[in-house]
Amino acid sequence: MLIQMKGISKAFGPVRVLEDVDFALERGEIHALMGENGAGKSTLMKILCGVYQADSGTIAVDGKDTPIKNTSDAEKQGIAIIHQELNLIPQLSVMENMFLGREPRRFGVINTIKMRTQCLEYLQLLGIENLDPDVEAGTLSIGQQQMVEIAKALSLNAQTLIMDEPTAALSERETEKLFGIIADLKSRGVGIVYVSHRMEEIFKVCDKISVLRDGQFVGERVIAQTDFDEIVRMMVGREIGDRFPVRQATLGEVRLKVSDLADATISGINFAVRAGEVLGIAGLMGAGRSEILKTIFGINRKVAGRVELDGQALNARSPAEAIAAGIGFVTEDRKSQGLVLGLSVRENATLANLSKYARFGVINHAEQMAVVQREIDRMHIRTRDAELEVKSLSGGNQQKVVFAKWLGIAPKVLFLDEPTRGVDVGGKAEIYQIINELAQSGVAIVMVSSELPEVLAMSDRVLVMHQGKQAGIFHQPDAETVMTAATGGLK
Amino acid sequence: MMNMNVQHKATLQKLGPFLALLVLVAGLAITSPDFMTVGNLLNVFRQVSINALIAFGMTLVILLGGIDLSVGSILALSSVLTALMLSHGVDPVVAASVGILAGAGMGMINGVIISKGKVAPFIATLGMMTILRGLSLVFSEGRPITGLNSDFFAMLGGGYVAGFIPVPVILMLVMFAVFWFVLKRTVFGRHVYAVGGNEEAAALSGIKTDRIKIWVYTLSGAMAATAGMILTSRLNSAQPTAGTGYELDAIAAVVLGGTSLTGGRGWIFGTLVGALLIGILNNGLNLLGVSSFYQQVIKGVVILLAVLLDRSGKKA
Repeated sequence: MLIQMKGISKAFGPVRVLEDVDFALERGEIHALMGENGAGKSTLMKILCGVYQADSGTIAVDGKDTPIKNTSDAEKQGIAIIHQELNLIPQLSVMENMFLGREPRRFGVINTIKMRTQCLEYLQLLGIENLDPDVEAGTLSIGQQQMVEIAKALSLNAQTLIMDEPTAALSERETEKLFGIIADLKSRGVGIVYVSHRMEEIFKVCDKISVLRDGQFVGERVIAQTDFDEIVRMMVGREIGDRFPVRQATLGEVRLKVSDLADATISGINFAVRAGEVLGIAGLMGAGRSEILKTIFGINRKVAGRVELDGQALNARSPAEAIAAGIGFVTEDRKSQGLVLGLSVRENATLANLSKYARFGVINHAEQMAVVQREIDRMHIRTRDAELEVKSLSGGNQQKVVFAKWLGIAPKVLFLDEPTRGVDVGGKAEIYQIINELAQSGVAIVMVSSELPEVLAMSDRVLVMHQGKQAGIFHQPDAETVMTAATGGLK
Repeated sequence: MMNMNVQHKATLQKLGPFLALLVLVAGLAITSPDFMTVGNLLNVFRQVSINALIAFGMTLVILLGGIDLSVGSILALSSVLTALMLSHGVDPVVAASVGILAGAGMGMINGVIISKGKVAPFIATLGMMTILRGLSLVFSEGRPITGLNSDFFAMLGGGYVAGFIPVPVILMLVMFAVFWFVLKRTVFGRHVYAVGGNEEAAALSGIKTDRIKIWVYTLSGAMAATAGMILTSRLNSAQPTAGTGYELDAIAAVVLGGTSLTGGRGWIFGTLVGALLIGILNNGLNLLGVSSFYQQVIKGVVILLAVLLDRSGKKA
């Protein structure tokens, strides 16, 4: 047994986040760690890495009881973590990042020749020797940066590798490459803890799965002997019903019509969305999916084409103009683009239409509060108080606040970019329900998503992008059709 | 349970500067018999008013995540302009209004350079600070402008309401109330917090972030010019070198009051307390006969201590 954590408990102040949790990892095993947000996954992994100290419980490495008091203890035991937010310094080169703080030196001067040779050795080990050790890390794609981090972990002689949502920002191809590398590490006897929300992936690459719920260990399963439904039940502790709630589509008039739209990176985009319809946009990372939304919304500069909203020409040069015309946009990254984290739920929920609650610029708090409270109730936003900082909410509830913000402008068209990213299973179902209700109330919805099952189940039609061009629009397609079009197989 | 504690702690933290002020006042009341007299306190308030007025404007700037280094120079140039007009017999109301509007205009230029020109606030206002200081010297030919000859104008800095409350103190309290209301209750005020907290999210929510920035720097300029009117009235002359270093006192007051230099978090009450802390500290050290050399050392130490305490509180 490579790693054996037993009876781990941890509390922050009066809040118990882990209670008597066990976790075991074999050599050459890929072990998924699952649970809803707040279940305690990251706390458990931070204890293994020495970031936190467990209040009680033991950790054994290779069968030997090994107290891990700090991160350097963990490093000595060959435990490394690849964070979701990568930790490379963008202005330094690949090799400088890899040997940061332990640069090979001679007479106190960095020995660049030796550093480059060693760096290449580890890149070779991963089959990515085409990467230039001298190139600045910031110029690499997210996928490449992740590879560099893995190489760095190997250079530290990591035997246990913890990966936190490793594929969240990767393209399809990069993901395949990563899976290849993971399989290779496995054959070398490295144990991998794979933390992810993506079921499909977990069933594809992992050997075992451990589930946490509310800080407690629910169980461990061998992947081959379990299925999707059982894992979801273990995670949420209840039946969540349909994963994708059914919607009765009653399509109305065309609300948004786009002809020959182009910006700097996309061109030839043509589609129309009707009231009550959900149009999915699928494609690989970088195919130009979000650019369609950004161009219509006035973030990117439109270079050609015509946009009509309810029959009226729309030429938004800023988000303010698009919003005034009746378009809402749930952006991809809710922390950096969707919310002001330091402000309250109430203020975030009314950020796009604050003037509506004001006379001569003075806000009527009572009126504002009444509307916000109604949205909190309607969308089941779980917050103790609307005055709480939105930062303190879980990912799913934060996302619902973003939805509340856009519902406030009574949108005719709502753009969604990765609406359930970083949202746990229970929260996802609730967000799908909100999307369905919006569509039923006559809003036209355009949804970009990297999660294929989500696009397929939620959309009436799917527009597939390939390298900045529209590869086709399909009526309720299957996964194969979409993937073929997205990879350029349809000509 | 935990949330309650956290909230209490946050409230305590927010009131930290106020508690420090109370401690300082109590300490001085005990050690110096001259401190707790009505005359001395009103005098302190009057001295504080100039810094407080500038610091109110600076609070908005810092809430945006910006900085305004040009306030001292704006103060000087608008004072010189007003004094020139007065010495040429222009009506004092007109002269003072034009001076304040000129200050607002200078602030607006800051705002346009920062928002439309995408220049870092530090650099933009550093440049303006130098330009405006130079212009003050040009217009005044490097000499103090005297002979203002206006009883009305003299009242701005030296007059009393109800026989004993100095006019500048009234002005400070009125502006405090106005800024409090604007930040707490108006769309503009809340948008300042939103832009300072997350500019991208604010812009994507349809907030016209450039417009907010321009208004905030305009207000900062107007406040600096207002402070300039009081100073000029007090001295009965305009000095082209007036206001040198005032930007640092204003920034110190804002930071002492707990407003975050990274933007999005802070309040105007803290700034008033911060300005009073600095003013009372100066006054107390004078009364206690501490040499002016040591006064500077002590002032700096107090500012650093306050910010360090604030930091450690936030981490815990």
